[in-house]
Amino acid sequence: MNARRLLFRRRKEQVFLAGLVVMTAMALFPFFQILSLVVIKGLPQLSLGFLTRLPAPAGMVGGMGNAVLGTLTMVGLASAVSIPLGIGTGVYIALYATSRYAAVLRFIADVLSGVPTILLGLLVYGLMVVTMGSFSGLAGAVALAWIMFPSVARSSEQMVLLVPVSLREAALALGATRMQTVVYFVLPTAARGLTTAALLAVARVTGETAPLLFTAFGNAFWQNGLSAPMAALPLQIFIYATSPYPLWQAQAWTGALTLLLLIVVIHAVARWLTRARQ
Amino acid sequence: MRKVSQRLADRTFTWMLRLFTFSLFALLGTLTFQLAEASSQAWNRFGLSFLNGKVWDPVRGVFGALPFLYGTIVSSAIGLVIATVVGVSVALLLTQYAGRWVAGPVSFVIELMSAIPSVVYGLWGIFVLAPWIRSGLAPALNASLGFIPLFRGQIYGTSLLTAGLILAIMTIPTITAVVRDVCRAVPDELREGALALGATRQEMIGLAVLPFARSGIVGSVMLGLGRALGETMAVTMVIGNRPQIVASLFQPAYSMASVIANEFTEATSPLYLSSLYEIGLCLLLVTTLFYAMARVLVWRVERRARGTLL
Repeated sequence: MNARRLLFRRRKEQVFLAGLVVMTAMALFPFFQILSLVVIKGLPQLSLGFLTRLPAPAGMVGGMGNAVLGTLTMVGLASAVSIPLGIGTGVYIALYATSRYAAVLRFIADVLSGVPTILLGLLVYGLMVVTMGSFSGLAGAVALAWIMFPSVARSSEQMVLLVPVSLREAALALGATRMQTVVYFVLPTAARGLTTAALLAVARVTGETAPLLFTAFGNAFWQNGLSAPMAALPLQIFIYATSPYPLWQAQAWTGALTLLLLIVVIHAVARWLTRARQ
Repeated sequence: MRKVSQRLADRTFTWMLRLFTFSLFALLGTLTFQLAEASSQAWNRFGLSFLNGKVWDPVRGVFGALPFLYGTIVSSAIGLVIATVVGVSVALLLTQYAGRWVAGPVSFVIELMSAIPSVVYGLWGIFVLAPWIRSGLAPALNASLGFIPLFRGQIYGTSLLTAGLILAIMTIPTITAVVRDVCRAVPDELREGALALGATRQEMIGLAVLPFARSGIVGSVMLGLGRALGETMAVTMVIGNRPQIVASLFQPAYSMASVIANEFTEATSPLYLSSLYEIGLCLLLVTTLFYAMARVLVWRVERRARGTLL
């Protein structure tokens, strides 16, 4: 083997590595730019007033208080329904189902979590908005719940599978019923992991916009019960970002900052919980 | 002997959980049924010509979905080509070169990228990406590659190219995460064998890692494609929303998800609404198809990895 060939191969290696580094830098650049711009453009208008006031007509300084409240309401409702439902389904897939049925359930859950979320908006529009005669916060919450459910089911199944088999066998050997085994042994052991899984799903659904377009619809005023249209932070960002008014556009960045802060807090709690276990 | 009440409780609990799992079927079933039922009017009226009709004119009641199919396919293709090259590169750097002190933070950032809501990407797209494309990237492409029709014509900020780039950025985390896991599954014997024969790392990647990971990479691309085809908000904000089919990537276009997002609440006639539902049904079928294929391919790699370890 001659020296020139070796040199060529070494060069090729260096060029290849440099290419990978450049690609990685390109992949990471948008993230840091988005993050810094959201802070730079959003922070100046962020105040208590922004978080508590109603949106104002173009040209006047308003806030997104109703949108923050709407997002919390709908995400809260959706979580209250879909987290227990999802964990129950996860437990069934992990511990009860035959392996063939479990594979079918896993596959359907995976397919469902890949369905474009706007289609769930269409579904809930047909099921609830048409029958109830009006866009509503409740319809928004249902759409969000349907989005969360399959992913909570899949991730909680994995958390339940982490619980040692010996623990379950010990409980069953002591005469516990399957329900007692699940409720007193499996769920408490997996509690941290389940909470993390649930929180990540909550974080994801907090930023969902598309499914709310034809369900919650948005509202410029304080929400008037669950059966009336409801504002949401992502919807408000969308409306302001695509508007022609500079003041609204500036507020869209502040809305984005608020939304990201909300998501970061949820993620931080989830991370803290996983770390505390190790 | 267990008490009767205990047995009853146990049985009720099992049935409750079983009912929960039925709701998975119910959800998929009602979704498919509702989209199919609501789109029947458009289907009866236009049949297959709905899919290759070029005219979308709600005023005259003519609905052809081809411009939206075109916009969705072309923007996703642009996004996926870029995201595959970048995503595979990042994954190779993370698994084959980087030490823990680089791989940890980079993986973390990539993970965070998938946590940013679509509407925030769209916001950035409108105010940063689109102006940059109008005044920077597009003129440069036009000057260097203008002989290709794709890079010719009047330049807009909100265009197919912008939508493609934003889809690339949004699917990079998906592809990177899957390819990273697949590359980790490559048995060490294969990699060490290549290195022991005197291969450089780059040659080792070509000899051992990529052949092993190939179907996993294809799977990750399909997974990313499923995401890209259904991506709604960010695309709606930057694609320009004009139902036309032109060769130039610098021109505005429209996508399947964004026409639903924009026009659904304004659809005045039943046929209009039904046509939008039919676009939704197409979207459901296509994303499900790609998702299923992706799953099968990724499973295959994982099973093979387990096979060699035994």
